[in-house]
Amino acid sequence: MAQLTYRASVSLAIAQSMRKDQKVFFIGEDVGAAGGVFKATVGLLEEFGKERVMDAPISEQAILGAAMGAAMTGLRPIAEIMFSDFLAVCWDIVANQIAKTRYMSDGQINIPLVIRTANGGGSKFGAQHSQSLENWSMMIPGLKVVAPSCPSDVLGLMDSAVKDPDPVIFYEHKSLYAFKEEIEQTDISIPIGEANTLHEGKDITIIGLALMAQRAKEAALILKDKHDINAKVIDLRSLVPLDLQTIKKSVIETGHVLTVEENPRLCGWGAEISSLISEHCFKNLKGPVTRVTTPHVPLPSADILEDNTIPSVELIVNEVIKKLKGE
Amino acid sequence: MVDKLNDDIGEEKRLQLWEMMLKLRLVEKKAYDLFLQNLIKGTSHLALGQEAIAGAFGVALKQGDYTFCTYRGHAHTLARGSSIEGVLGELMGRQCGLMKGKGGSMHLTDVDNGVMGSYAIIGAHLTIANGTALASKYNKTNEVSVCFFGDGTTNIGAFHEALNMAKIWNLPIVFVCENNLYMEYTPIHEVTAVEHPAADRAGAYDLDKIIVDGNDADEMLRTAEKAISKAREGKGPSLIEAKTYRHSGHSRADPGKYRPDEEVKDWMENKDPIKNYRAKLLDFNINEKIISEIEEKIKDQVEKATEISMTSPIPEIKEIYTDVWANGGSEWHN
Ligand SMILES: Cc1ncc(C[n+]2csc(CCOP(=O)(O)OP(=O)(O)O)c2C)c(N)n1
Ligand SMILES: [Mg+2]
Repeated sequence: MAQLTYRASVSLAIAQSMRKDQKVFFIGEDVGAAGGVFKATVGLLEEFGKERVMDAPISEQAILGAAMGAAMTGLRPIAEIMFSDFLAVCWDIVANQIAKTRYMSDGQINIPLVIRTANGGGSKFGAQHSQSLENWSMMIPGLKVVAPSCPSDVLGLMDSAVKDPDPVIFYEHKSLYAFKEEIEQTDISIPIGEANTLHEGKDITIIGLALMAQRAKEAALILKDKHDINAKVIDLRSLVPLDLQTIKKSVIETGHVLTVEENPRLCGWGAEISSLISEHCFKNLKGPVTRVTTPHVPLPSADILEDNTIPSVELIVNEVIKKLKGE
Repeated sequence: MVDKLNDDIGEEKRLQLWEMMLKLRLVEKKAYDLFLQNLIKGTSHLALGQEAIAGAFGVALKQGDYTFCTYRGHAHTLARGSSIEGVLGELMGRQCGLMKGKGGSMHLTDVDNGVMGSYAIIGAHLTIANGTALASKYNKTNEVSVCFFGDGTTNIGAFHEALNMAKIWNLPIVFVCENNLYMEYTPIHEVTAVEHPAADRAGAYDLDKIIVDGNDADEMLRTAEKAISKAREGKGPSLIEAKTYRHSGHSRADPGKYRPDEEVKDWMENKDPIKNYRAKLLDFNINEKIISEIEEKIKDQVEKATEISMTSPIPEIKEIYTDVWANGGSEWHN
């Protein structure tokens, strides 16, 4: 048994994949010698050398383009985009090229690559270094979208992402890098597309992702201890593919649903979940699906402003109570 | 004057190049005809007039090498050995098309022949071509990657990112700028800080300044072979600027009226790569009968391929839902 941080699990997960498969290489800015701006890739250069751990120039299009081209030949690149916000400068490569080339080529070309990126708020970095952008990639056919909430999920999902024959965007949450977990076995695999239950309950279903899944779990503990409410917390772990069956099963039991998203309101992933639930579980619902999101604003920087923008544990607790007890 | 005694190319390769260029010309002409008959929908960008560039690379490259082209890529695809019905069929949205109608004119792809796609967002494929080159380096194999693009493409960021990366990693790649003097409807010199849009930027990436007459097939072949050898020998990337001109408009919808009549006339009459190469073959004492036999052969091939394409079935509607994912499907939830 060892305690592992989310941060350390990232470098370990990459190292494990690289040890297993010579086809895997890693490319990004400041990832090798510097070990990454979040120190999530420390030690990789030392173990694998410059041929497999490539420090790239500040050229996000060229980084992802090179990763894509290499993947087209059967290699399995892992490319880092330092902050997910920077996906905007290489979005053509992601949304037009990586996502669509398999389809347009009638399946002649596979693109087995992983784009890992630091996502989400909580660090007071302001509106251009804090966004939660899973929904950007979710709406594009051809991209798989993964967002682990704990070290073991980083390990297991990275293993699957690297082995996946399709492109996977792997959103690591900045505010979880210090999150610790006791891990028995590090060389694990978790299938992409299976949600995880973080807390059992039959009164309400709370659906979250990454940091919001952890906050939902904390909220569930408080709801149980102080308010006698048993919430089921579903950590989606991936948006594409989506584990609709797990959602359905719980909603049929509880009849109440709350989604918790870190992104601004419009076109957030919770809207899609809500729509699916109304389509598949309408008769089971005891009330409307409630969406907790950040307001539809860019993320502000000051402590008090950011803290009151991103959904907190307290907000989740209050929303659940309001919903179930009308308070 | 031709120097027959010191001929470094030789009859066999010249005829190969002739046949190749002619094929590109006649297929593009056929594509144009099929448009007029409304048998080809959507858009399409012909490379009429630019055949010597794709043709020379087609002759110079080996099986296994990778090419990347733009939406103006019918010729470049054929030049790698793709079938005519594969190209025309795709333009017509038929099952015999290279991608069975999934991609269309702007995205011709034929991996078996090294055609790693045709790209319609300016600049992107320069970065992607670096990736196949990087793979060759990583695997210690000796394929060469070649990336074709236009003069207008030198003004987008991806061009600069890609050249820098290719240079710092010494990648086995050849970037080929087909300078046809126009980016869409605008003369390139009006929107570019330097006279030679690609070549004048080469120095910024520690690359040689290479400018070639892209309508002189022999010169084009020499330039291609040199750059390809350099890449194959591990000596790094090249950037070639080939001067050329398109005979038709930018795309199907464009009559090309923004170009002065005199300019068009000069390029069509005096600088047509096909017309000039035919004359050159005769200068080299190649038997005219051989030349016209090739012409007949290609005409025949184009007619047969057209027939195959026209009678090939249209795709089944269920194809909409295939091949998003490697498992062949498009499901996104369980
Ligand atoms: C990023 C982007 N911007 C604009 C366009 C629209 N567009 C298509 S072709 C073209 C002109 C490109 O000119 P050039 O690179 O010289 O190539 P040519 O068409 O002459 O072969 C433009 C502007 C595009 N496809 N992608
Ligand atoms: Mg042009």
